[in-house]
Amino acid sequence: MAIYINDKTRVLVQGMTGNQGSFHTGQMLAYGTKIIGGVSPGKGGQSVEGITVYNTVFEAVEKESADASILFIPAPFAKDAALEALAAGIKILILIPEHIPLHDAMDIMTQARQNNAVVVGPNTFGLVSSGASKIGIMPNQYFIPGPVGVVSRSGTLCYEIVGHLTENEVGTTTVVGLGGDRVVGLHFVDVLKEFEKDPETKTVVLVGEIGGSAEEEAAAFIKSSMTKPVIAYLAGKSAPPGKRMGHAGAIIERGRGTFESKVEALTAAGVKVADLPTKVPALVKEVIGNK
Amino acid sequence: MKLYEYLGKELFERYGIPIPKGRVVENAEQAGEAAAELGEVVIKSQVLTGKRGKAGGISFASSSDEAIKEAKRIFSMELGGFTADNLLVEEKVQIEQEIYLALTVDGAAQRPVVLVSLDGGMDVEDVSEERMIRWPVDVTVGLQAFMVREICRKLGVEGSLQKEFIKLLPKLYKMFREMDAELAEINPLALTPEGLIAADAKVTIDDDALYRHPQLPMIKEKTALELKAEELDLAYVELEGDIAVMANGAGITMATLDMVQHYGGSPANFLDFGGGADVEKTSQALELLLGTNPKVLLINIFGGITRCDVVAEAFARVRESKGIELPVSFRLVGTNETEGRAILDKAGIKSFTSMDEAVSHAVDLLNAS
Repeated sequence: MAIYINDKTRVLVQGMTGNQGSFHTGQMLAYGTKIIGGVSPGKGGQSVEGITVYNTVFEAVEKESADASILFIPAPFAKDAALEALAAGIKILILIPEHIPLHDAMDIMTQARQNNAVVVGPNTFGLVSSGASKIGIMPNQYFIPGPVGVVSRSGTLCYEIVGHLTENEVGTTTVVGLGGDRVVGLHFVDVLKEFEKDPETKTVVLVGEIGGSAEEEAAAFIKSSMTKPVIAYLAGKSAPPGKRMGHAGAIIERGRGTFESKVEALTAAGVKVADLPTKVPALVKEVIGNK
Repeated sequence: MKLYEYLGKELFERYGIPIPKGRVVENAEQAGEAAAELGEVVIKSQVLTGKRGKAGGISFASSSDEAIKEAKRIFSMELGGFTADNLLVEEKVQIEQEIYLALTVDGAAQRPVVLVSLDGGMDVEDVSEERMIRWPVDVTVGLQAFMVREICRKLGVEGSLQKEFIKLLPKLYKMFREMDAELAEINPLALTPEGLIAADAKVTIDDDALYRHPQLPMIKEKTALELKAEELDLAYVELEGDIAVMANGAGITMATLDMVQHYGGSPANFLDFGGGADVEKTSQALELLLGTNPKVLLINIFGGITRCDVVAEAFARVRESKGIELPVSFRLVGTNETEGRAILDKAGIKSFTSMDEAVSHAVDLLNAS
């Protein structure tokens, strides 16, 4: 089952002829993702890894029909490309680029809400339903099928944690990267809701970090509405207040969004918080039974 | 990018938001001249630190001589580690009430949000939730008069003040959207006998949208190293400890710092050199780190879009050209791991596959040094 995407999801790649677009088209195909076409304005008729490139999203959708689109488009042009995908009826939009202007992101999200479309990112590694479909840039070898749902704000740290699970022969249903920007499409609560409904997901690992209030909101949701056990790891314990640590989100202000407040909220909601990334697998095994 | 108050006020003026009469000055004599022209004045240090007032960076003067004296004092003082290049000398406005007004981005709601309170001024952070009105704005609708009327109803504001709000809020919203602001804050928005005047301006422009606003000056209040890192497009923050840390990705870099502390060490910095860096950029990042004279170097690479061989190659190259003498703990896994490890092996550098081992090794190295 998994959430959001599965082996039937038909995927379009916007910006397919660029460096990143073509490389990751190959990687996604190798993973088994059903890529039905690419879009690069002015490059229509070319092909990448045997996949046809179209000039517009409308043209691609007319010829092939698509459910999802992944964007490898430079930040200044990402808004136009995202709105194009939404206008053409794409319901799952994955925004890989970082540095998309904040007001552009708000425009995209508003349009997506009106179209009932799901946006993942921006500044995300994407999402993967393990063994079925990968729409993103994460390394293929770590995402094997299993009973754990993973949702993360950061990329590499998520690979680290999924890597530890894989080493321990624990696989994943779906792994979702929310993205590190201040305005992103999906939040923890949206994804937790889906995992709660998904029969294959037995437990959820939440990878968070300091700054903002997303983890606190997740804690409130877990407490009120989740029956499945949740394990968490949070980065930023040692960060001094007021210093920006790279992600637009990762900044502590006015005593809110601190490591302590997040751990406290999650613990109070019954979430087990691992103090090191390496300790996540043991906690997961504890809740799903050591099989 | 945070704008100095006077730059924020220039934007306000351009969008028709009333500001006090004033002048930006570069030295005490000019402050004296401004005071002679404006009469009773307020003199404000143009630094980006909050709490300027409480720290003594804002002062009043009623004569030219007094203005010169105060300007000299403020120019010589350090606020948050920085001295001011400019002062803003403004007419003193007669404030009947201090209002707080801001537009910012509500990440959870994915929209702009208006914040208004009638309890503006220095202690606005302590204003209770019910005294701070929040109004999210749908960007496809924009900030309309009916919204302002509704905000006013919640505030208990009527009559001429409501009319002023209806004129002013849409102007601030227009500026917020057109200028790609993350924050446009007026505190206090002064109610004076002449109406509403923006007595202060705190405007932050989205760094990712600066390319759309080439007319704005570049403002940099950072240490030399942080500036250098910015040039190289690295996320770098100086910290107090001894172990220099370099990793790829903000989350994992933070987790690495946490783990250093967990094992009893202290990190010297946060350095996220991002994803997909080439040999050149990786070398520059390394050289920057070595320039800080740390006692131990810890490199933590989980290659996704970043290639392990590129990082290994850069490290071997910098070591050869600069001669790295300090102890190094290297963790390397992910994309092109085998190739990367081969390069390190050839150069006689030991590397770990586990982050835990690499971090605890770094702390051991520190304790042994």
